[in-house]
Amino acid sequence: MQNSKDNIIEEWDLTIEPQTSLFELNLKDVWRYRDLLWMFVKRDFVSFYKQTILGPLWFFIQPLFTTIIYTFIFGGLANLSTDGLPQPLFYMAGITAWNYFADCITKTSTVFKDNANIFGKVYFPRLIMPLSIVASNLVRFGVQMILLFMMMGYYALHNASFSITPAILLFPVLVLLMALLGLGLGLIITALTTKYRDLAFLVTFGIQLLMYTTTVIYPLSSAPEKYKTLISLNPMTGIIEAFRYAFLGQGQISVNTLGYSAVFTIVVMVLGVVIFNKTEKTFVDTV
Amino acid sequence: MATAIKVENLSKIYRLGEIGTGTISRDIERFVKTKILKQEDPFLKIGESNDRATKGVSDIVYSLKDINFEIEQGEAVGIIGRNGAGKSTLLKILSRVTSPTTGKVNIKGRVASLLEVGTGFHPELTGRENIYLNGAILGMRKREIDRKLDEIIYFSGVERYIDTPVKRYSSGMYVRLAFAVAAHLESEILIVDEVLAVGDAEFQKKCLGKMGEVSKGEGRTVLFVSHNLGAVEQLCKKGILFNNGQLKSIGITRDIIDYYVKNNSMMHDSLSRVFENNDLIISPIEIFQNGNLQFYNKDKIYFSFQINSKTKLTAISGEFFFETSNGTIVFSYFTPQFSMEENTIKKIKICVPAYIFNDMLYSITLGISESYSRFIIKKESAAKFEIACVNEELGWMGDFPGVVRPKISCEIL
Repeated sequence: MQNSKDNIIEEWDLTIEPQTSLFELNLKDVWRYRDLLWMFVKRDFVSFYKQTILGPLWFFIQPLFTTIIYTFIFGGLANLSTDGLPQPLFYMAGITAWNYFADCITKTSTVFKDNANIFGKVYFPRLIMPLSIVASNLVRFGVQMILLFMMMGYYALHNASFSITPAILLFPVLVLLMALLGLGLGLIITALTTKYRDLAFLVTFGIQLLMYTTTVIYPLSSAPEKYKTLISLNPMTGIIEAFRYAFLGQGQISVNTLGYSAVFTIVVMVLGVVIFNKTEKTFVDTV
Repeated sequence: MATAIKVENLSKIYRLGEIGTGTISRDIERFVKTKILKQEDPFLKIGESNDRATKGVSDIVYSLKDINFEIEQGEAVGIIGRNGAGKSTLLKILSRVTSPTTGKVNIKGRVASLLEVGTGFHPELTGRENIYLNGAILGMRKREIDRKLDEIIYFSGVERYIDTPVKRYSSGMYVRLAFAVAAHLESEILIVDEVLAVGDAEFQKKCLGKMGEVSKGEGRTVLFVSHNLGAVEQLCKKGILFNNGQLKSIGITRDIIDYYVKNNSMMHDSLSRVFENNDLIISPIEIFQNGNLQFYNKDKIYFSFQINSKTKLTAISGEFFFETSNGTIVFSYFTPQFSMEENTIKKIKICVPAYIFNDMLYSITLGISESYSRFIIKKESAAKFEIACVNEELGWMGDFPGVVRPKISCEIL
């Protein structure tokens, strides 16, 4: 082989080196493995209801019971305002949206730990795994949206006061924001927990606490004035409020809050992917 | 011929001991020194070779150190070496599971690596669904699997069960299906680690045949790690020997194996090591026979070891596999099942009758299994021992070929 040196370098299909730049994300590889993403989603879905009697009905049961409990405690006992909306509808909308975000975070935050075995044995773009989690949660979210629609239908027949607004066109954007925000935070957490285990303990109750600073069980309009800014600083607040406004016609929607959420999401997402990408190369040695 | 894999100055270090304490301060120290002050990485300087038997000065070891070699297209290369020699680390780097600390690997062609059969199999899914899932994990596109589905099912020989969840499969069927998927990967380079240790003899033969076909017939490059030196010799023309993270020798397989066996037959080399996992700790195997250091085949020989349980273990049994140095199992023994409470100690002692072993080196693979089916821990070459024979009655003083040497009675009428 008497080629010039440059020619030889170009010939290689793959070069394995210790450090790659922070932003070398290998998105081409992710695209090449898109079938795998779909397989994982299918696996999650099928294995979820195999050997259960109620099967996919289980997707309904959790939000339904949570709604009943919230209606009883926060609506009945604590008498929190729901902006004039029927209480179950108000809570259901909040819970459905929040659950999607929370599931995305909790499931992606353990990606490295849960898949240490498979990651230690075979290469595929690691990003596929968290992406598949977000996608299979999307299926779940879709099913739960049907429940919300059914409930809206029921209340429409009983002349309850709510209305779907044109903001419903923003729905895909809202879902995307929730998915990316959950994904981004999850990626940061999972990358850091490979070395510093402490964060893992924080996630479960941290998310619960976070829910109370988001407008899931109360509307932003009824929050005390001095806490309003604080609550609005939570990027999920703007999303949940917009979500509720879109489907039920009550909630505070503005370019500012949504813009803030979007910027926050993008920053978290970029940060998450970069940290994740850096960790995936060597985590096998530390987990 | 063109080069398929070119490895240059490849090194990989591991930090020993507890990871997690003080890592933040170390990470910061390392970051400041290397990125801001542009000094040499403080953790790379103090490395030493990966010799587990001697206690090192620092807690950083080289799992691989300055490895250089090239493999040509269409070559079948066997990688041999003792446990911890760096074989698996090399395969992990080549399959991109972990990345090297320094150095570079250039690869031409698509790599399919098989560090384990059935990675990602989901017990609830059917055989067919798992073919798709496992295939996708190994890097196949859905179209590709569609095209090869019939061939894969036929090769696996589990047609009847293909729509049954794999959790109902026997372990043999499971392995067959998994290997069948991997064997049908379309790649220019195939990396295989120890997968032949599972499955029955007939299937192992089929796998070896398939791999031979892959390297000779289809001209693909094969990298093969195995403790079964016989299989390596049969399959590979070229061999690479690793020792303590360094490349010792590279050349024709037969020569490499000879060199390895000669250097590796130091007895008792592994007798002093404890091994453990999350469930239990196993003490080194003790071998004794009337206080001798040299064992004779005319006497019973005892093997014992101790188990310290870390968790509650039920229905476990100790499994001994007595092997010759090229990996052929001479015989095996499974103890009766027993249970252990958390943090208790049990000692197992077995006695192998006289007139079994021949005049040669044997090694023991020791395992603890649950319900005789799943290994909780398995240790290849947990101990090695050499047997001497005294030719009692005969005048013949030479070797008696064979892996066993029973006492046979004879009448000449």
